[in-house]
Amino acid sequence: MAEFSLPANSKVVEGKTFPAPAGATRVKKFKVYRYDPDKNENPRMDTYEIDLDACGPMVLDALIKIKNEIDSTLTFRRSCREGVCGSCAMNVGGTNTLACINAISDFRGDIAVYPLPHMMVVKDLVPDLTNAYAQYASIQPWLQADTPAAPGKERLQSPEEREELDGLWECVLCFSCSTGCPSYWWNSDRYLGPATLLQAYRWIADSRDEYTGERLDALEDPFRLYRCHTIMNCTNTCPKNLNPGKAIAKIKQKMVERR
Amino acid sequence: MATDNRPLSPHLQVYRWQITSVLSILHRITGVGLAVGAIVFAYWLNAAGYGADAFARAQAVLGTWVGVVLLAGWTFALFYHLLNGIRHLFWDAGMGFELSQVRASGWTVVVGAAVLTAITWAVVWNTAGGAG
Repeated sequence: MAEFSLPANSKVVEGKTFPAPAGATRVKKFKVYRYDPDKNENPRMDTYEIDLDACGPMVLDALIKIKNEIDSTLTFRRSCREGVCGSCAMNVGGTNTLACINAISDFRGDIAVYPLPHMMVVKDLVPDLTNAYAQYASIQPWLQADTPAAPGKERLQSPEEREELDGLWECVLCFSCSTGCPSYWWNSDRYLGPATLLQAYRWIADSRDEYTGERLDALEDPFRLYRCHTIMNCTNTCPKNLNPGKAIAKIKQKMVERR
Repeated sequence: MATDNRPLSPHLQVYRWQITSVLSILHRITGVGLAVGAIVFAYWLNAAGYGADAFARAQAVLGTWVGVVLLAGWTFALFYHLLNGIRHLFWDAGMGFELSQVRASGWTVVVGAAVLTAITWAVVWNTAGGAG
């Protein structure tokens, strides 16, 4: 059931402020969500004043600068710093995105940085993705076919069949879309969410896969698929400009077509 | 490490309002509003069947400024829910999923509902010559 306010242990309080070094001219304030599991305290918002003349251009650069030079306790996931690994997904300036491919200059005023919304927080900007990954595993995201491939050959696709996968394979599983979806906030225990459903469609749409029927059977459920109400926050926030909302609609259409 | 006392990250509190989610929740709110409005509509019809006195009373209640504001709200709710329902039919048919289309159709629905509401009330005002 939808719970609109935060539980008592999750209410965010005001934290510390780390002022910019003297002489800094271009200062940007980063308000960052902090939670330390080793202390029995509520999460807090720490403010870091960053000298932009001594910082890289991206939001992730600012976070790395904070960790390296100001406050080494700040914890966040990151790896590729170029938008292909999906690790640094977080809520920046009010919507979900990858910190590494968003320029600081694209944000007006102070930049608020939170972990992905409505998730259990492990530490600071690190959400627990256990449930999201388990849901992803539940759609069996691998090629399934009973017909053996021709000996010594790949399973071939026509260029047109391959094109069906464009806009799907590029997903980096950052879960920005799922955690930007109000329906997923209220029903993540049973609704699979846009990221996992886009992946489900990626295998349904694959001409080499022979388990389309079984895949659709597994999704024919009032919650797993049909908690999508075409809100479209998913597509609106996807940092890779993919269209999970459209992919889900295509699954729904397949459900109708096979009746 | 303790995992049972993990906080829930902020959601509604920090997620910036999106045209997508606002129009979605408005669809649901107008739907609920119309269900309530249907009861009022049934009351009004019942009053008409009940007799002149009852009908006059219903007219008086709905003719107060509160009544008129509610009726105007229900008119907008009806047109918004209707137009956004058509938008959903297009989506169900697999059309209009590009972000530019989603935004354009969303604003079309909002403006369309406002215009239809205004036209309806202009007609009501002209034919009824005042409230009611």
